[in-house]
Amino acid sequence: MEKHSSSLLVTKGGRYILLSFVTILGFTIAILANRLFPQIADVVIEPYPVGKLFVIDINELYNLVLLGLILLYVVQAVYSYPDEDRRRMFLSRAPFRFAAGAVLAVWDVLGTKLLLLPQPFFPGPARILEAFLAEGDYVLENTLYSLRLFASGFFLGVAAGVGTGILIGWFPKIYYWVYPVLKITGVIPAVAWMPFALTLLPTPFAAATFLIVICAWFPIASTTAQGIASTPKVLFEAARTLGAKTSFLMFRVAIPHAMPQIFTGISIANAFAFTTLVMAEMMGQPGGLGYYINASKVWSAYYKVLAAIVVMAILFSLILWVVGLIQSRVLRWQRGLVKQ
Amino acid sequence: MAKGVGQTVNTKTVLEIKNVNRVYTDANESTIEALKGVSLDVAEGEFLAIIGESGCGKTTLLRLIAGLDDPDAGEIRLSGERITGTDPGRGYVFQQNSLFPWMTVEKNIASGLIARGVYDREKQEVPEYIRLVGLDGFEQSYPHQISGGMAQRVAIVRALINKPKVLLLDEPLGALDAFTRADLQDKLLELWQKERATMILVTHDVDEAIYLADRIVIMTPRPGKISEIIPVNLGRPRDRGTVDFLDLRRIILGKLHLANARPEPEYVL
Ligand SMILES: Nc1ncnc2c1ncn2[C@@H]1O[C@H](COP(=O)(O)OP(=O)(O)OP(=O)(O)O)[C@@H](O)[C@H]1O
Ligand SMILES: [Mg+2]
Repeated sequence: MEKHSSSLLVTKGGRYILLSFVTILGFTIAILANRLFPQIADVVIEPYPVGKLFVIDINELYNLVLLGLILLYVVQAVYSYPDEDRRRMFLSRAPFRFAAGAVLAVWDVLGTKLLLLPQPFFPGPARILEAFLAEGDYVLENTLYSLRLFASGFFLGVAAGVGTGILIGWFPKIYYWVYPVLKITGVIPAVAWMPFALTLLPTPFAAATFLIVICAWFPIASTTAQGIASTPKVLFEAARTLGAKTSFLMFRVAIPHAMPQIFTGISIANAFAFTTLVMAEMMGQPGGLGYYINASKVWSAYYKVLAAIVVMAILFSLILWVVGLIQSRVLRWQRGLVKQ
Repeated sequence: MAKGVGQTVNTKTVLEIKNVNRVYTDANESTIEALKGVSLDVAEGEFLAIIGESGCGKTTLLRLIAGLDDPDAGEIRLSGERITGTDPGRGYVFQQNSLFPWMTVEKNIASGLIARGVYDREKQEVPEYIRLVGLDGFEQSYPHQISGGMAQRVAIVRALINKPKVLLLDEPLGALDAFTRADLQDKLLELWQKERATMILVTHDVDEAIYLADRIVIMTPRPGKISEIIPVNLGRPRDRGTVDFLDLRRIILGKLHLANARPEPEYVL
């Protein structure tokens, strides 16, 4: 028995190490392709000063980024090993990560080394990083603008959505008067209100915030209302026989019951809000990633457009990750109760 | 557990049910007389069992006592005061699962204290009640993580922590296996003797009624009413195997059959 399980462990461990290598192999190939493949096409690779001491060009930065990814996955491999679930998760992603590296290598060769892809629409991966080298501060400034806009709109939207959802779910009168309005306005894309928002609100920032608020408000309010209204009657009755007043019934019975649905609404609202954010920025904001895309497009600087898209992807993943963390904390009572 | 404790030495009436009617109107507008002319006096500290076939109004009667529903005629008084609405002095253990899924076992048990706003003053009671029903170690579990028997124990002490005068139990052990059931019946007696609450237990199980109750109320449906009240003159603790126990069982089963046999069979052509 002992022998068997230990030999199983060895083969398991061996497989794990092998697949960890597969995980980083793709990115290693990407680095090698960038370093070893000769620069055939006539492309200018300018060095940029970073701080006062360093000078770096886009290929070097690209290699550094890939190296960073490799390091990240090595750390993750070591960190995931002791835990069964994490280990399985890590292994399951190995083929995809390998492919991602391989695609980068091919793209690099076609996009920069041979320049076979139509330019300026499809710059190589290293070229995209030029946006950060050439105007990193400006990209950061616009990213922060987007983030600020998103945060203010989204938090207000969640507050408004949960608030009205509770009222609609709780009071039949409010349901009667407000729910139809919610249903009608909910199907209209928020940016359709942009002309009104821009003229009626004092600043473009306030106008965009307003649009994000209303686009987040609708899904959250309706799922919250459903969650409240679907609370089993027996739970209210149990609470009443235990001496509960209205505040207990609302805050300790109805709202906890609605929590899973509130989070469903928040996830939907999250995607809506991000879309609205970028569209609003492209339609008349003094900053933000959407603005940056528009401004770059004018100069046909498509590598900057792609850089902004990369930043958006990272930003949105981070936002989803944070929301997921909060959700699994708040809904920890559901663990094992629902299929995850 | 002292012998004979909890017998109805005390005959002071605590709960008076006088001529209570309750009529429901169902979806297609036909009326159902869930209770008709029900009268019953319950003595302080008594353990009363209510038995009867499905639909005879047992739950309806408990809901009226709890104040979750109002009678259409007649009245119910607790210690002389007419019942209006719910009160923590009348605890209720529901037929279906009624624990709060988002609260741990500990919080569920404490919920009565929280609801009454006395949690800070009385929270030391919570671990006592947890120990009393043997749930130590499960304080931080959520309802879906514990067994059905444990869940019913939580539901019972959740109601008891409010120190109710009357505890209403609607088939609390109905869904449990025989072993857990017997175990919880003893636990229920222990709690009854310790808390000195008046207990009204609805059950489908004649053995359970005889094992636990001072008196057994037999109800019949259409319209729901009390057909008979049978005192259980057996000493405590009771033994399910004695001749007296089995005799009483036979008598009650006979009456239930009689009660169930309808004078006219309800054929529809
Ligand atoms: N809210 C209601 N609306 C309409 N009819 C009802 C309602 N509640 C109960 N009834 C009817 O009243 C009658 C008595 O119901 P009750 O739930 O009191 O029966 P019970 O004795 O508890 O039955 P069981 O043993 O199945 O729990 C039944 O015919 C039932 O259909
Ligand atoms: Mg019932």
